[in-house]
Amino acid sequence: MLHTVSGPGSAGHVGSTAAAPLVAYRIMLRARLLDDKFAALSRAGKIHGGVFLGRGQEALSVAVGVSLDKSDVFAPLIRDAAGRLAFGEPLIDAVRTYLGSALGPMRGRDGNVHRGYPREGLLPMISHLGAMVSVVNGVLFARRMKGITGCVGVACLGEGATSTGAFHEALNQAAVEKLPLILVVANNQFAYSTPNSRQFACASLADKAVGYGVESHSVDGTDFAGCLETLSSAVNRARTGHGPQLVVANLLRLCGHGEHDDAHYIPTEIKNSPLGRDCLKVAEKFLLEHNYVGADMFIGWRNEAIREIEAAVAQVLREAAPDPFAEEWTAISSKYLMEGHAS
Amino acid sequence: MSITYLEAIREAQAHALRDDPRVFIYGQDVGAFGGAFKATKNLAREFPGRVLDSPISEDAMVGLAVGAAIEGLRPIIEMQFADFSTVGFNQIVNQAATLFWRTQVSCPITVRLPFGGTSGSGPFHSQSLEAIYAHYPGLIVLTPATVEDAYSMLLAAVAIDDPVIFCEHKLLYYHLKSEKLPSEALPVGKARIAREGRDLTIVTYSAMVHEALAAAAELATEGWEIEVVDLRSIKPLDTDTVIASVARTGRLLCVGEAWPWGGVTAEVVARVTAEGYGLLDAPPQRLNAKDTPVPYHPNLWAAHRPTSRSVAAAARNLLRT
Ligand SMILES: Cc1ncc(C[n+]2csc(CCOP(=O)(O)OP(=O)(O)O)c2C)c(N)n1
Repeated sequence: MLHTVSGPGSAGHVGSTAAAPLVAYRIMLRARLLDDKFAALSRAGKIHGGVFLGRGQEALSVAVGVSLDKSDVFAPLIRDAAGRLAFGEPLIDAVRTYLGSALGPMRGRDGNVHRGYPREGLLPMISHLGAMVSVVNGVLFARRMKGITGCVGVACLGEGATSTGAFHEALNQAAVEKLPLILVVANNQFAYSTPNSRQFACASLADKAVGYGVESHSVDGTDFAGCLETLSSAVNRARTGHGPQLVVANLLRLCGHGEHDDAHYIPTEIKNSPLGRDCLKVAEKFLLEHNYVGADMFIGWRNEAIREIEAAVAQVLREAAPDPFAEEWTAISSKYLMEGHAS
Repeated sequence: MSITYLEAIREAQAHALRDDPRVFIYGQDVGAFGGAFKATKNLAREFPGRVLDSPISEDAMVGLAVGAAIEGLRPIIEMQFADFSTVGFNQIVNQAATLFWRTQVSCPITVRLPFGGTSGSGPFHSQSLEAIYAHYPGLIVLTPATVEDAYSMLLAAVAIDDPVIFCEHKLLYYHLKSEKLPSEALPVGKARIAREGRDLTIVTYSAMVHEALAAAAELATEGWEIEVVDLRSIKPLDTDTVIASVARTGRLLCVGEAWPWGGVTAEVVARVTAEGYGLLDAPPQRLNAKDTPVPYHPNLWAAHRPTSRSVAAAARNLLRT
C-alpha cells in the first residue's frame, strides 16, 4: 500500500503542461484577492452572516482544482475559493452567494461558502462537517453503476472534521467500495480555536489511512510545487483504480476561523514557523526561481484580477435581492404533495 | 394464496427494481442474506449488483443515497430498525431534506424504517420516529396500515421525486395478510375512512389502525358507531378528510403509538381545534404511548402502548362528555 511523504516540490512534475504552475498561481492570486474583497465588504457591513477565508491554504486548494477534470466530482469546504475557481466555478457565483443575489446559484436561500451545482459535480456543502464525503461516494458509486468510468471525486476537510463519525463512516465506505475518492485534509493546526493536541492523538493524520486500508500522501501545504505534485499523483492513483486516497497537507490558516475571529489563540511561534509561510509568496518564489516568469508579470496579473473582482462586485451590488413574496415557501419538488394540497 | 405485509414490501421492491433501472437497494444484510426481516429475500439474486450490503454506517448509507440521487438514481435504503436511523439522522434531515430547496435538484431517495413495538424488543428496537422526521421541511413521511398500502405506497415512494421516510410497522409484518396485491390505490397524501360511524372519530395510522378498528367493533356491541380515519401519510397530512369526519361525528380521539409530547396526535388536535373548533361537541382527546422508553417485558409493553382496550376506554370517556 502506497504511503508517500513529499519533500519540497520540484519543477517538471507539476501539472500536465509546462504552463500548469502559471495557471495555478494566477488562480491562487484571484482567490486571495477575492477573499480580501470579501473581508473588506464584511467590514463595510455589506455581507450578512459569516465570512470564511482560505488565506494560507490556496496552494493546496488550487492543486485540488487543477488536478480535476470538468467531469469529476468536487465537494469543496470553507477554505476552497482557489479550488472552486480552478474547477471552473464562475467567480461571480461566490460574489452572488456572499451578497445574497437572487441570480446566484443559491438565490439567497443559502449563503457564503454554501454554493454549487450538484448536477455539474460541484457539490454544495452543508455545514455539518464530514457530511459531504459520503455524498461524493454516492455520486461515484452511481456513476460506476451507470457504467461511467475514469472519473474521480474529491472531498475537502479540515483536520477537525477527521474527528467526526461521518468522516470515519464515509472513508471506510469508500474503501469497502474501492471508490476513486480523494479525501484532502487541510491540517491547519486549529479547528476554530481547538489545537491538534485536543483533536487527535496519532502522530500524523496520514497514519489513519493504514487502518482504513487506503493509500496516503503527506505534503507541506505551504509548498506550492509540492501540493501540485502530490494532488496530481493522488488523483492519478485514484483514477487508475488504486482506490481511495487520503491526502494530508500541513499548513496554517493565515486568518481567523471567520472574519469575526482574530485568531489570538494561534501562538506566535507557530506563525513564525515554516507552517506559517504564505503559500502565495512561496509560489511566486518558485515561479521566479524556475524561470516560469519575470517579477514584472505579477503586478499585471494582480491588477487584472482586481479589475475582474471589482467589476463582479459592482454588477452584483446592482442585482435584485430575493423577494419573499415571490418565494414558493415549499421545500419539496412534488408540489402535489405539499401540505394542504391533498384532494 | 395470501400475501403478508412484509411480502408486499418485498414484492413492491421487486417490482420497482424490475420496472426502473435507476432503482437499487442498499442496507445492512440486504444482499444474499435477504435482510434482517427478509424484506429483500432473493432480490440480490434476481437483480445482481443492485441489492447491496452496506457497512454498519447509517450516516454514510444515507449520504451515499443522496449522491446517487444527484446522479439520477433512485436508491432505497433499508434501516435495519427505525431506531438506528438516528445515526443517519443528520444526512436525512440536513442533507437529503434540504437539497431541493437549496439547489432545485430533487432528491428521490426512499428510506425504509422498520418501526414500532413488538413484544420483547425493548427500548432500542421498538421506536416510532415518524413525528421527528415529519417535523423537518423537505421530507414525505408515509405510514401504511394495510398490506395493500404497504405495496402501493412503497411503489409510490420510489416514484416520488422527494426524500420519503417509509415507516413500515414490524408488528404487521407477518400477521397482516391479504388475498392479492392491489392494482390501484388511493393517492399518497389522502387519508382513508377505514370504518364509517357517526358518534366519534378516531384518527390514527399504521398498527394503531387495527387497535382502533378492534375498539370500534367492541363499541359497536354497546351501540356506538365509531368512525376510524387511517391517515396513511403523516406528511402531507390530510386535514380535509379528518375535519370532514369530525364534522359528521363532533368528537375526536387521536391515537398514536409514538410518545405523547408533540407528535402526530398533537398536530391533528391542533389542526382540528384551529380549523374546526365549531364542529366539536367535546374537547378533542389524544391517546399515545407512555412517556418512557419502550419496555421489554410483554406485561410492561402491553401497558405502555395504546391497545384496543385502552382505545375503547378512552372513546367511552369521550362519548360520555
Ligand atoms: C458537525 C459539526 N460540528 C460543529 C461545527 C461548527 N464548526 C464549524 S467550522 C468548525 C471548525 C472546523 O475545523 P476544521 O475541520 O479543522 O476546519 P478549518 O476550519 O480549520 O478549516 C466547527 C467546530 C460544524 N460545522 N459541524
